[in-house]
Amino acid sequence: MSDLPPYPPLDPSNYDLIVVGTGVSESVSAAAASSSGSSVLHLDPNPFYGSHFAALSLPDLTSFLHSNSVSPPPSSPPIPPSNSHELISVDLVHRSLYSSVEISSFDSEILEEHSRRFNVDLCGPRVVFCADESINLMLKSGANNYVEFKSIEASFVGDSSGELRNVPDSRAAIFKSKSLTLLEKNLLMKFFKLVQSQLAKSDDDTTTVKISEEDMESPFVDFLTKMRLPPNIKSIILYAIAMLDYDQDNMETCRHLLKTKEGIDRLALYIKSMGRFSNALGALIYPIYGQGELPQAFCRRAAVKGCVYVLRMPITALLLDKETGGYKGVRLASGQEIFSQKLILDPCINVGLESLSSLTDQQNETLRVLVPKAMINKEKIARGICVIRGSVKSDVSNALIVYPPKSLFPEQLTAIRVLQLGSGLAVCPADMHVLYFSTLCKNDDQGIKALLSAMGNLIRLPVPESDSVVENVTCEAKPLLLWRALYVQELVKGEFGGVISSMPSPDENLNYKETVESAVKLYEQIMGSEELFKEETSLENTTEENEGGVEIDEN
Amino acid sequence: MHGRKRNAASKPEEDAASAAEALELRLLQSQFMSNHHQKIYTKEAIQLSAKLQEINPEAYTAWNYRKLAVEYNLDSADPSLVNSILDKELEVVENALKRNLKSYGAWYHRKWVLSKGQCSSLDKELQLLNKYQKLDDEIKKNLVLRNFHLWNYRRFVVELTKTSEQDELQHTTDMINDNFSNYSAWHNRSVLLSSLVAKKADGFMPKETIRREFDYVHNAIFTEEDDQSGWFYYLWLLDQTVKMETPLRASPWPSDGSNIILSGPGCFNGSSSKFTTYCSESGSFPLILYFDQAVSGVSSSTVTIDSELKSNEDLVWEPVPEKNSQVSCVWVARLKFDRTEPVKVKVSLGKSRGIVSSTGCNLITPYEFVFTVHIDDTVGESQEGIISWTDGFDSWDAQSSKDLNSLITLDQLEVDTGFEWRKQAIKIEIEQFRKLPDSKFGKLNLAKLLMAEETMISDDDAVKGVHYKEILQLYNDLMALDSWHDQYYKDEHSVALLRKVTSSTESLTRHLFRNRNMNSIVCLRLNNLTLSRIAALEKLLFVQMLDLSHNELHSAEGLEAMQLLCCLNLSHNRIKSFSALHSLRHLKQLRVLDVSHNHIGCKHPVDTTRYLCSSSFSNSGETGRKVPSKYRDTYLVLRDLMKLKQFDIRGNDLIAGEEFSSFVRQVVPTLVWLDGNKLAS
Repeated sequence: MSDLPPYPPLDPSNYDLIVVGTGVSESVSAAAASSSGSSVLHLDPNPFYGSHFAALSLPDLTSFLHSNSVSPPPSSPPIPPSNSHELISVDLVHRSLYSSVEISSFDSEILEEHSRRFNVDLCGPRVVFCADESINLMLKSGANNYVEFKSIEASFVGDSSGELRNVPDSRAAIFKSKSLTLLEKNLLMKFFKLVQSQLAKSDDDTTTVKISEEDMESPFVDFLTKMRLPPNIKSIILYAIAMLDYDQDNMETCRHLLKTKEGIDRLALYIKSMGRFSNALGALIYPIYGQGELPQAFCRRAAVKGCVYVLRMPITALLLDKETGGYKGVRLASGQEIFSQKLILDPCINVGLESLSSLTDQQNETLRVLVPKAMINKEKIARGICVIRGSVKSDVSNALIVYPPKSLFPEQLTAIRVLQLGSGLAVCPADMHVLYFSTLCKNDDQGIKALLSAMGNLIRLPVPESDSVVENVTCEAKPLLLWRALYVQELVKGEFGGVISSMPSPDENLNYKETVESAVKLYEQIMGSEELFKEETSLENTTEENEGGVEIDEN
Repeated sequence: MHGRKRNAASKPEEDAASAAEALELRLLQSQFMSNHHQKIYTKEAIQLSAKLQEINPEAYTAWNYRKLAVEYNLDSADPSLVNSILDKELEVVENALKRNLKSYGAWYHRKWVLSKGQCSSLDKELQLLNKYQKLDDEIKKNLVLRNFHLWNYRRFVVELTKTSEQDELQHTTDMINDNFSNYSAWHNRSVLLSSLVAKKADGFMPKETIRREFDYVHNAIFTEEDDQSGWFYYLWLLDQTVKMETPLRASPWPSDGSNIILSGPGCFNGSSSKFTTYCSESGSFPLILYFDQAVSGVSSSTVTIDSELKSNEDLVWEPVPEKNSQVSCVWVARLKFDRTEPVKVKVSLGKSRGIVSSTGCNLITPYEFVFTVHIDDTVGESQEGIISWTDGFDSWDAQSSKDLNSLITLDQLEVDTGFEWRKQAIKIEIEQFRKLPDSKFGKLNLAKLLMAEETMISDDDAVKGVHYKEILQLYNDLMALDSWHDQYYKDEHSVALLRKVTSSTESLTRHLFRNRNMNSIVCLRLNNLTLSRIAALEKLLFVQMLDLSHNELHSAEGLEAMQLLCCLNLSHNRIKSFSALHSLRHLKQLRVLDVSHNHIGCKHPVDTTRYLCSSSFSNSGETGRKVPSKYRDTYLVLRDLMKLKQFDIRGNDLIAGEEFSSFVRQVVPTLVWLDGNKLAS
């Protein structure tokens, strides 16, 4: 970063809000603040938009993962707390989110030839649910004008046999399903109808309460059993529709036992997503050119509303008032000092522990959210990216595959999700597909092992391993692996700290629901604003919303 | 309608806009009419009509004008311009359809254009249809799922393009996979399959086709058990399974091997013989043929009588109930007898072809039956006493009797083809629907399937009758489950119950008695059974005395088949009018009729049975007698009962009083007992 071209000094040097990092949460905040009339400076140390939500070419992705996986050495000799004015400066350190990064290329020639035609997500697998809060927010803010979507054509449930079965998630899908028995079809459709009638139940209509309060508070998995749903259907509902991670049948390892109420909410999101846009094929859509388009769309919206953007600009230190200990501003890598009322930071930005000792209590209080928390028994998410030749399922390009807990191997504690995307989404060259894998894990080894197992189920390694001779026959049909990345990402929650707030890292979910909801909540705390993008809703977007809102390409 | 939202009340500015639109339309209309009358077919004039059509696709005159214009222009046009003229027409239609996808005129015009030889663009037509059929807007979807215009036009185009029926079948599959509530697609599927099966197309043999379709439609039924589209298709399939190629079956009276005694006029001497006694006053007795399907062509040339009885060569076979009708289930001929010694009578049918069922089934295998007639010429006292429905009944063991009727399959040859797999198919279906125990439709369907299986196994003494208990229970459950359709279930319950009662001699015996007071004639007592409908008549042709009291009957429909009936008790039922008793006028032997304690003449003058009954009042209108209009229905029933001696109509809603009594006596001069009172002669 030392050979960055020198930046001209920023003018003005005083803002209502400085946002560092261009991830989804930061970008939503920047757009919301700008549109409510605040002056905003939005910085990002990287040369691209999106931070941990970016979509990158293969070389860029490789270098980003590597540079974020080990703590970089202190960038420059620590500048002594400057006593020039009434300010004290506190150095910032970079926290790395990624570990166990391993990137392997099996066909460098081809990949190099096409390397710039890839738009590979850092936070995959991730899709947008049509009824997702992120879509609402895009419509509200007008960010929808900058993104186009396509449908995920199909979703499957897989197991160790290698067979992929369609997820019967709609009336037509249940009708067509070949893997369900007639009675299962009957039970599943009845269950969907029950959920639908539960949803349709308006507050003033007390006559049609279908699910009792007691049931609503009971574990969802027990409720499904009570509805006489057989294990295979329960598993489809829990992991491929409600998109749960933990094995709901295993009390010891399940860190999040879902209540029926939450389960119904999750199904509701799915069902509403199915019916929201008539030109969408199902519940799930994906932005053309990758996930990076979403934060970028909010950034563009912010820019239209007057937000100032500077990329390739890390901040090196925070400036605090010597006497009160309150936040004043930041020092940029260029050396310039910029002042603001409030500050929103990327989850990677921390305060070095060594610099804390010399600070007063008030100063420490200001920096509270930037102090790294002790990571005890904290879950992580293992992610994998594969570039393959061919497709895991013929006739289908964009598809979601879920391996419920225990479906691949007995010790599999969490569901593994796989998202295959094709060239139609402009994420890779034609005849190739990009596959994203993810699973929650307690430690890196456990996560990587689970991902490799799912990969082995779907993909053929180019060099046949010596001990896999037996599988040769079935291997032939599987697509060939060209490139692979494996990494484990820490899950960092966002934190509201009054003046300085820290945003969350990409979460473990398949969609943006929680990311966006927490961003909205955090923003409202920070800015004290009642509603995001309030003014936008009134005029310019109403017509678009009536017509279906977002652009979904049908081919 | 069909889930369409009601539009909000219009605002004043909208009213103004629509008024302006109306004005414009009127102006267009008058211009167009003047063009039309003056036969102006210029470009501008045609343009004008196109504009009119775009606004109002229902303007028939405008479509006709366009046809004239096209004809006119085609005559004078360069052959190279023909296509462009016709293309223009298709375009106008398309614009009109944008306004209304269900416009008769527009679709008809499109057909007309195609018939003008515009065949180059037929593929485009199918594409257009596919586009319409895939409209995804919710409102339009409803317009498409229930749009017979689209499907009719599709069939028309398909015929022109010679698209294979297999391809069209695939199209219905695609449409159904997309949304299986597409009734039109299911219907088209049934049309296509019928044709493919009839042609014996490759891969469409009935057995495989029906199995495949059952498996397919199960998906719809099990996925959403209250969606009607699938059920309609299912019932069609079931029909194909049960009915296809089913041979004609018949039941005669007197039955094969039976003995009957003909007794003289008024002879009630209490014979204790096992034989059926038939009291004949006119020197003849009826010969009855009951078919399970309506047939035509029953005559002295198709049914031959072989006996020593003279003057029966040219028997007149009459269909019941309608003399003028050509098809009927029940045919009657009157056999004259002139002997005193026992006579064997052999009746043969099918020797010469001619008896054809309404479904086209031709009776080709000869069938014959023989019975013996004994004459009892002791002249007894003519019966004058009142007949009681409460006493005088002796139980009768009919086990050894050969008088009981049974359906006989006439065409033995055809029985074997496909019968086994059909039975098997029904068995599989029964197994499937036992899995849907809580569903209303599941129960109803199971009951229907069990009934179908009963019909199929009715020849097999070992297993027949096994399902009735379950069927009756299912209908009882349904009545409780779905009170909206209570009456329908009750009717089906009655049918099943009657089939159960008549399924074996043993069960029928429990209801059979001989009446001491009536020359020991056979009496069938079906009282107190909650019957709401009469069925299984083919098994009951021999019955002369029938007690149906204390049931829930609304009508006497069907009883006309029981030509031997002389005593009938319909008291304590739910009959509302004489028109509901209309079928009784065909029972010429009726001497005793009890319709007391019904609701005849009840206050609701709208009598729906009048429209349901097959009787035609216009025919029976030539009365020649002045009948008060309020007694018209009464008159039409009673005037044909030439032998009625005892009539009971007490306890009905309105009819009472001296006036009515004297009217009845006038119409029925033979009457001796009215409402339990002996009439002064």
